[in-house]
Amino acid sequence: MPDSKTMKEREEAHWSKTSRLMFIHLGVWFFFGFVIHMFVVPLNKITIPILNFPLGFYMAAQGSLIVFVVMLFMFAKQQDKIDREFGFAEED
Amino acid sequence: MATETSASSSDFIKNLGKMYGTYTGGFIGFIILLAIMEQMGVPNKILGYLFVFFTLAVYAIIGVMTRTAEVSEYYVAGRRVPAFYNGMATGADWMSAASFVGMAGTLFLLGYDGIAWVLGWTGGFVLVSILIGPYLRKFGAYTVPDFLSFRYGGNFARALGVIVLVACSFTYVTAQIYGTGLIASRFLGMNFEIAVFAGLVGILLCAMLGGMRAVTWTQIAQYVVLIIAYLTPIVILSTKKYGIPIPELTYGQAIAEITAREQQMIATGLATVANLKPHIAPFINYSPLNFFAIIMCMMVGTASLPHILMRYFTTPSVREARQSVAWSLLFIFLLYFSAPAYAAFSKLEVYTNIIGANVGALKPWIFNWGELGLIQICGKNAGSIDAIIAACKAIAGHPGVVRLQDFVINTDVIVLSTPEIAGLPYVISGLVAAGGLAAALSTADGLLLAIANALSHDVYYKMIDPNAPTMRRLTVARGLLVVVAVIAAATAATKPGDILAMVGWAFSLAMAGNFPALVMGVWWKRTTATGAVCGIIAGFGLCLFYLVTTRYFPGAGVKYFGMTSLLSPLTGAPVVDIAKAMALPNAMESFPTLAHPLANKIGWFDLNNIACGLLGTPLGFAVIYVVSLLGKEPSKEMQAYVDDIRKPRGRTVLEERTT
Repeated sequence: MPDSKTMKEREEAHWSKTSRLMFIHLGVWFFFGFVIHMFVVPLNKITIPILNFPLGFYMAAQGSLIVFVVMLFMFAKQQDKIDREFGFAEED
Repeated sequence: MATETSASSSDFIKNLGKMYGTYTGGFIGFIILLAIMEQMGVPNKILGYLFVFFTLAVYAIIGVMTRTAEVSEYYVAGRRVPAFYNGMATGADWMSAASFVGMAGTLFLLGYDGIAWVLGWTGGFVLVSILIGPYLRKFGAYTVPDFLSFRYGGNFARALGVIVLVACSFTYVTAQIYGTGLIASRFLGMNFEIAVFAGLVGILLCAMLGGMRAVTWTQIAQYVVLIIAYLTPIVILSTKKYGIPIPELTYGQAIAEITAREQQMIATGLATVANLKPHIAPFINYSPLNFFAIIMCMMVGTASLPHILMRYFTTPSVREARQSVAWSLLFIFLLYFSAPAYAAFSKLEVYTNIIGANVGALKPWIFNWGELGLIQICGKNAGSIDAIIAACKAIAGHPGVVRLQDFVINTDVIVLSTPEIAGLPYVISGLVAAGGLAAALSTADGLLLAIANALSHDVYYKMIDPNAPTMRRLTVARGLLVVVAVIAAATAATKPGDILAMVGWAFSLAMAGNFPALVMGVWWKRTTATGAVCGIIAGFGLCLFYLVTTRYFPGAGVKYFGMTSLLSPLTGAPVVDIAKAMALPNAMESFPTLAHPLANKIGWFDLNNIACGLLGTPLGFAVIYVVSLLGKEPSKEMQAYVDDIRKPRGRTVLEERTT
C-alpha cells in the first residue's frame, strides 16, 4: 500500500476514529433506549397531532425503534467509510 | 447438490430474488386458493391442516434440497449469504413463538410497561453491530466458544463458553418446541404431546441434513410466512375501523378512545380506580428500576446470545455483516412496531363490546376461546351464554353486565383471536396459526443448531478428537442435533411450569456470561486469558446464583443472603410479609412451587430476578479489568491478532493462523 505512514500509525488512527464512532452511536442508543423514556410522564402530556398518540408512549412504542433502525444503516455506512479511508476495507 | 461447483452456487445467489419472489407469490396464491375453498364449504379443520402441512412441506423440501457434506457449508452456510437475506433469516431466528403469539398479549395486559420488552428486543441489535458481530465475523469463527478459546488461551475458556451457551439456549429451545405444541394443539385439535413430536420432526427435517445452510434458506421462507400472517389481520382490521390500511398509524386513535373509555368505565362503576390500569400510564406494573433493568438486560442479552451472533458468521464480508444487522432489525421492527397495535385494537374491542355488555348478549367469538379456558367471565370458563349467565348469577349482587373485574383473558388469545374479532373468514385464522408455527420452528432451528454445533465442533472436534475426519465430524454434528432435539421435546412434553420465565432468564445469563468477555476481547488488547476466565465465572456465577436463590431457595436467600421482599410498583409496599412467610413451616423449602409465598418475590435492591444480568455483567467487567491488570500483558502475537480482527480487510484470523 503506497502510504508514507507506518502500518502501526494507520492502525491506531483507524481505531481511534472507529472508537469515536462507537461512542457516538452508543450515546444515541443510550439516549433513545433509556433517557428519553425517563421523561415519559411529561412527554405524555403532549399529543401528536392527527395521529393522536401521546408522545411519551409513541417514543417507546415506535419512535425509538425507528431511530435504532436508521442508526444501524447509518453506522454500516460510516464505519465502511472509515475503513476505506485507512485502506482497511474489503475489496468490493 | 452436495458437490456443487462454485459457479452454480453463484447462480444460486443471483437467483435468490427470483426464487423467493416466486415463493412469496405462490404463498399468497395458496392463501387465496384456500379462501376460495372455504367459500365452497370446505370445513375449517381441513383448511387448518392444509395450511400447516403445506408450509411444513415447503420447509422440509428446502431443508432436504440444501443438504450438504461440507464443513463450512454445514457450520456457516459457506459464508456467502447476502446481507439482505441474512437479515431476513435473522428476523425469523430472532422472533420466537413468544414474540409472535405472546408479545401483543403482554402489551394488552401491561400497557405502557409492556413496551420494555419491545424496546429491549430491538435496541440490542445496535450493540451487536457496533461492539461485537462484525469483529467475530472477521475473526472467522464457527461458534462463539471458538472465539473465546482463541482469544483466551484454549479449551478452558472454550468449555466455559459452551456451558454459557447451553445454559441459555436449552431452556429457550424447549420453550419453542412447547410453543409449537401449543399452536398445533389449539388449531388442529391434536393432542399436545403428539403435536410436540410432530413439530420436532418438522424442525429436524429442516436442520439435520444441511446445518446452517439449510436453516438459513428455510428461515427466509419462514420469515415470509410469519410476517404476512402477523400483518394481514391487523391491516384489514385497521382498514375496516379507520379506513387506512396502516395500523401503526391508526392505533393512536384507538389509544385515545381507550383512555376516554377508561374514564367512562370508572364513572359508570364498571371498573374501579383500584383495578383499572390505565393503558398509557407508566410504571404501574414495573417500578422504574425494573422497567429499565428489563430493557437493559434484553438489549445486552441480544448482543450475547450465541444463536443470534452466529447468524452474522454467514455473510460474505465484514461490511455485509454490518449491513445485515441493519436489515435484521428492519425486518424485526416490522413485527414489533405492529404488536402494540394488536394490543390497542383488542383492548378497545374488549372495553367497548365486552365490558359493560349484558351478560346474555356477548359475541360468539368469545365462546371458542372460553371453551379452551382461555377467557373467563365471572370466574368460570366462558364456554357458552348459559355458562356465563349461571356464573355471574352465582356472584352476590352482580349487576348483570360484565364488569372489568369479571373478565380474565389469557395473553395468547390477543393475536390468535384478532381475525375473529374483525369478523374475518377462517382462512385468516389458519394463516395466523401457520405464522405462529413458522416463528416457533425457525427459532427452534437456530437454537438447536447453536447447541449441536457447540457440542460437535467445540466439545467433540476441538476437545475430544481433533483428528476426526470431516465425515465423522458431520455425522457427530447430526447425531447430536437429533439427541438435543429429542431431549428438548421430551422436556417440553412434560409442560414444565417455569419454561416461559426461563426464556427471559436466558437473556440475563447470556449477558452475564458472554458480554464482558466478548466486548473486552475486541476492545481492550490488555485483556488477559486469566482475567476473562475469572470474569466469565464471576459474572455468570452471580447471575445464576441470584436466579436460583430467588426462585428455588427463597428461604435461604432471606436467611443467609439478606434478601428482602420486592416492592409493589404501585404502592411501594412489600409484596410479601417476610417475617410472616419465614415463620411458615415450608419457608425453608427448596425447589418450591410458584405458589410458595417467597418464590420470585424476594431479592436485592428490589430487582426482579429476570434482570439478574444487571448484577452479573458489571461484576464480570470489573473482574476482567482488575485481574487482567494484575497479570502479564498478552503476547505481542495475540495483540497483533486483535489488530487483525479490527480491520475488515484480509483473510479471517483463523485462516491466517492455520496456514
